[in-house]
Amino acid sequence: MNSEQQYLDLFTANRELIDRNSAVAMNALREQAFADFARLGFPTRKVERYKYTDVAEAFAPDYGVNLKRVEFAVNPYEAFRCDVPNLSTSLYFMLNDAFWEKALPSAALPPGVVVCSLRRAAQEFPEKVEACYGRLARTGKDALNALNTMLAQDGLFVYVPRGVAVERTIQVVNLLRSDVGLMVNRRVLVVLEEGAQARLLFCDHAMDDRDFLTTQIVEVFAGENSHLELYELEETHVKNRRFSNMYVDQQRDSVVSLYNFTLHNGLTRNRTDVTLSGEGAETNLYGGVIADKEQHVDNNTLIDHRVGRCTSRQLYKYVMDDRSTGAFAGRVLVRHGAQQTVSEERNANLCATPEARMYSQPMLEIYADDVKCSHGSTVGQMDEQALFYMRQRGISLDEARMLLKFAFAGEVIDAISLEALRDRLRHLVEKRFRGELSRCSGCRMCK
Amino acid sequence: MLEIRDLHASINGKEILKGIDLTVKPGEIHALMGQNGAGKSTLSNVLVGNPAYEVTRGSVTFNGKDLLALKPEERAHEGLFLSFQQPVEIPGVSMVNFMRAAVNAKRKYQGLEPMGAGDFLKMMREKRKIVELDSKLANRSVNEGFSGGEKKRNEIFQMAMLEPKLSILDETDSGLDVDALRIVAEGFNKLRTPETSALVITHYQRLLDYLRPDVVHVLMAGRIVKTGGPELATEIEQRGFDWIKAETEAV
Ligand SMILES: Nc1ncnc2c1ncn2[C@@H]1O[C@H](COP(=O)(O)OP(=O)(O)OP(=O)(O)O)[C@@H](O)[C@H]1O
Ligand SMILES: [Mg+2]
Repeated sequence: MNSEQQYLDLFTANRELIDRNSAVAMNALREQAFADFARLGFPTRKVERYKYTDVAEAFAPDYGVNLKRVEFAVNPYEAFRCDVPNLSTSLYFMLNDAFWEKALPSAALPPGVVVCSLRRAAQEFPEKVEACYGRLARTGKDALNALNTMLAQDGLFVYVPRGVAVERTIQVVNLLRSDVGLMVNRRVLVVLEEGAQARLLFCDHAMDDRDFLTTQIVEVFAGENSHLELYELEETHVKNRRFSNMYVDQQRDSVVSLYNFTLHNGLTRNRTDVTLSGEGAETNLYGGVIADKEQHVDNNTLIDHRVGRCTSRQLYKYVMDDRSTGAFAGRVLVRHGAQQTVSEERNANLCATPEARMYSQPMLEIYADDVKCSHGSTVGQMDEQALFYMRQRGISLDEARMLLKFAFAGEVIDAISLEALRDRLRHLVEKRFRGELSRCSGCRMCK
Repeated sequence: MLEIRDLHASINGKEILKGIDLTVKPGEIHALMGQNGAGKSTLSNVLVGNPAYEVTRGSVTFNGKDLLALKPEERAHEGLFLSFQQPVEIPGVSMVNFMRAAVNAKRKYQGLEPMGAGDFLKMMREKRKIVELDSKLANRSVNEGFSGGEKKRNEIFQMAMLEPKLSILDETDSGLDVDALRIVAEGFNKLRTPETSALVITHYQRLLDYLRPDVVHVLMAGRIVKTGGPELATEIEQRGFDWIKAETEAV
């Protein structure tokens, strides 16, 4: 049996159960998603955007899926303490794919701002959800979009109305929790209306030492002149496989900065597609990857400059150790007529061992003549002279290597605008390099 | 303090040092002179354990220990310091973090607790004064964007921080302007104690005027071919090396 079949069978056999425990807006797209997934199948490595990750292999095992939506007896507010000192956030939890709504943070959000389960949102504001859900993450071309849309039952909804600025960071901790291997399909919708401002922090943790497979689709709508900072921090374990597809649509003069840090993981594949639909929009993508053992991290980006006067910036840095593999493929597309585009793309990688592998593929496609674009990538080894210089001063080889790795990763950490988070990440990264972060430090439960 | 016996070393299979014998006693300053390519930097690199070089014969003892058996960092902890001919730039590693790591590594080796942040910064400030190192430089990445002279000054600052027993200065004078040379040399003299020694590699008399070496050696094609008092440096300054070469060949 091929990898796809078990998912097709699962859907066919449980169609009603899935629908019953989900929402109309989500159910509406399932049939098409099923047809698309059946037609596409998992992408092979011949598919350009999946060159570096073996998808079918990751999906081959038979994971459990919690279609009945059995609740776990966990209160994450008690079980979890994400200590980002000096950063007070409005803290929410997603337990697998379910928004934890039995207890909510005490600090109220500004009027009109919504942070809730997608299912609830689809019931309470159906027109808002229907207008957005699945509009960016189309199922016709990407099998993972199709699979997720076919199976996803719930997720997160974040909505900031026109002109409202949310001062406090909205933090959402994605907890993976299960006593057996589990597949989780999560959907996230983020809608910022005209002039809205928000900062989101998504942290991925795994509470149990189980095999997890997560598919996640994030759709972000950034209205005119809106400002969004979205941080994603993965700190799971080697048995976790994460497939995340993020789609961002930016209207005129909006500014969206996406930060993605893979601190600890098993297999991670992040696809990020940004469409610059309105003039004057600005997008910044920062990625930091730390991998060792046999970890695999693949970041695949597309920035589509549809109109003129937009700016895009990408900086991805990887520190690869042991036998880890990393991939970065970033395509910048400057369409016909997208004049005065400014685009900068850089991928720099440090391979600390000869066995570590890095595939780097920045791509620039330009169909306009008045543009300022640059792209480049480097793969380097540890600087032997610098190592020796430090050792001559009495610094041990391990410590010297740590300092060089930390220095290398530092550039992308420094790009974080939120100071408390920047400090915290420095601390976590240092711990990670010292080997003190082999599981996840955020939750007390799994220590 | 330092005893080098019949030391042979090569790089990439090419023999550079061809039998060096040299003894440095506590408190002594030895100058090492010689033409470009003679092997002076090779000797200093071999002494501090640069893995690029291979020792093929001979022995080195440092305060009674078999130096060649120690890792580079252990040699440093034992009190060996090299002021590099070409100090290395380390982008992204701040001088403060670099020095903190170095000082605390040594303290750990000595069985001491890491230094408190306040004490450490105070120490940085005090030692900086000795070589008049600009505070701006101390806040940057290690040697990154430093001028040639600033790098050399920074080497002696690090020496001040680490208080070595034996310092090897490999052309620390090159790249320093006249005033900077005086400041660095005087700084070096302030750091001297009756127990500390130095091996000073230089092409010029000027640094030696400040440091007043006890012994001067001439290295030629991987061997020490002449040893004398301070007057030997003066003679080399005036006459060059040809006469020594002629003498050696005559033997
Ligand atoms: N990696 C290498 N491979 C081969 N030969 C080398 C290598 N590094 C140095 N050498 C050679 O070793 C010899 C000694 O070099 P060394 O740097 O010790 O000279 P030096 O006495 O310090 O000269 P200078 O006064 O110019 O600093 C030179 O002939 C040099 O070319
Ligand atoms: Mg030299």
